[in-house]
Amino acid sequence: MLRYFVSKLMLSILLLIGVLTLAFFMLRVTGDPVSLMLPREASPAQIATFREAMGFNRPLGVQFWDFLTRATVGDFGNSLHYDSPALPLVLGRLPATVELAAVGLLMAVIVGIPLGLAGGLNPGSVLDSIGRFLGLLGQSIPNFWLALILILVFAVQLRWFPAFGRDEPKSVILPAFVLGLAVSSQILRMTRSTVLEVRGEDYIRTARSKGLHPRTIYLKHVLRNVAIPLVSVIGVQFGYMLGGSIYIETIYAWPGMGQLLQQAIGWRDFPLVQALAVFTSVVVLALNLVTDLAYALLDPRIRYGK
Amino acid sequence: MASSAFIPKADSQLAVKRGFMDRLNYLWRLLWRDRSGVIGLFMFSLVVLAAALAPFIARHDPLAQRLSDSRIPPAWDTGGVWDHPFGTDSLGRDMFSRTIFGARVSLTVGFFGVLIAAILGMVIGAIAGYFGGRIDALIMGPINLILSMPYLLFVVFIAAILGRSLLNVILIFGITDSPIFARVTRGEVLRIRESAYVESAVSAGARWGRIVFDHIVPNLIGPLITLATFEMSAMIFYEAGLGFLGLSVPPSVPSWGNMLAEGRKYLSSNPWLTTFPGLAIMFTSMGMNLAGDWLRDVLDPRLRRARK
Repeated sequence: MLRYFVSKLMLSILLLIGVLTLAFFMLRVTGDPVSLMLPREASPAQIATFREAMGFNRPLGVQFWDFLTRATVGDFGNSLHYDSPALPLVLGRLPATVELAAVGLLMAVIVGIPLGLAGGLNPGSVLDSIGRFLGLLGQSIPNFWLALILILVFAVQLRWFPAFGRDEPKSVILPAFVLGLAVSSQILRMTRSTVLEVRGEDYIRTARSKGLHPRTIYLKHVLRNVAIPLVSVIGVQFGYMLGGSIYIETIYAWPGMGQLLQQAIGWRDFPLVQALAVFTSVVVLALNLVTDLAYALLDPRIRYGK
Repeated sequence: MASSAFIPKADSQLAVKRGFMDRLNYLWRLLWRDRSGVIGLFMFSLVVLAAALAPFIARHDPLAQRLSDSRIPPAWDTGGVWDHPFGTDSLGRDMFSRTIFGARVSLTVGFFGVLIAAILGMVIGAIAGYFGGRIDALIMGPINLILSMPYLLFVVFIAAILGRSLLNVILIFGITDSPIFARVTRGEVLRIRESAYVESAVSAGARWGRIVFDHIVPNLIGPLITLATFEMSAMIFYEAGLGFLGLSVPPSVPSWGNMLAEGRKYLSSNPWLTTFPGLAIMFTSMGMNLAGDWLRDVLDPRLRRARK
């Protein structure tokens, strides 16, 4: 178990170095990062001063090493727009994004798991058809469009929820619903197909022929085996929600990391964009690590396998 | 699909036959049994037709501005005219024509993006899977890195750096989406290479060309086509999303994402500017998802049996 954990941890660290490398070179993919960050009408003198101040005039290798060593202690340079360190700005937006993603995930789980279980246990039933249609909708509706339509219906016309901001507790409902819909359809499909798969396994037949009560089979064999892939899907999807909330936060003016990313791009504040990209990746990598561990705890086959 | 319960029967009846026409016929029967697959294929064909015949279907130039006709509501609303069935936007451009022409942008990005991603990914994945060992580790390291990152965030990041153009969007999606094709190809190549039928072909003295073209390639096609369908649908989504953020094709191009970005400003006063491009994206994506589900079931016999 310890060995498994250490190997996963090492892999995450390697991936982290990879993320940093990508984030560093992405800014330089067009050749000159200065031209990205300064307005087009900047004078040559301004450009030279800026280049000097940002350290872009140093050799690439030196810049890269500097970026890596600073990043490991959480220093991503200063935001150009706010003229203050980038990382604290990102961290300040974290609670709002986590709140949004957590409520969205909760909604997705509440809808997705029961419907998926019902569908998998009784394929072709009415509940299954409803679930599959919802699953298809969740997969096919663009979330940025749904967000607008829900504002139109529930905020502008019915006035049940605020159209934007994070001023009252119910503000979170609309954005979290939109964010959670695609995830609930993923969870639903996954649950359904796993139940179908598990039902056909030999150990279920064995349990049945032993004369076990159907409820015991259901709780001890079906549900436990369905839980394993679900943990992984939920972990991955939570990461997706943290990184994928850019549209929803923009539309609902939700003061999280996604809104900050959209603003930072508008301001051409690339140090801030870089800090956001790296920080979100770190959170996603950490979530993946936790998911892997939960997986190993739940499934002895992974723990004892090679 | 509810009707797929019938499929195994067809399987046993038709599996013996071989010829190309028989296979086509067999596929058609499978399709016909799965009604949602038919619907999906029909929806997607409509979008392709609309894109191909756009100049003949659209009654106005999608770029022609007439400020005197700005923001006319859809024809069935009060104040609407049948000359502009979906109404007009803030510059008086015909929404119906723009929606039809928008299909071109989406399908172009989706098609070429997936094409590039599939070719790149197949080559990379096949090399990794075929040679294995150190080469495999060297290739799959970066691939797994890209796959474990928040995808949308990095796409937005690159798009913001490269600037708005159709070619940039296609290249961004083509390159960033190739890892998923690489991973699937590698997995399939590894699986097929270790399979009993390849082993028996090798021991029967088959040459590598025969093994590659008779065993590996035909077994790869199914999973890759299915993946391509889903990825194309996802790309159409992402393109519209980038457009919505103002990071996709230039603002002058009528694309669904650009239309949504404009429509958003008039959300409460002129909602049709938002409704139609969104419905178009949803229609396309739903068709592709239905067709993709069907393809997955048909092309992967293991799933066909499992869903019984």
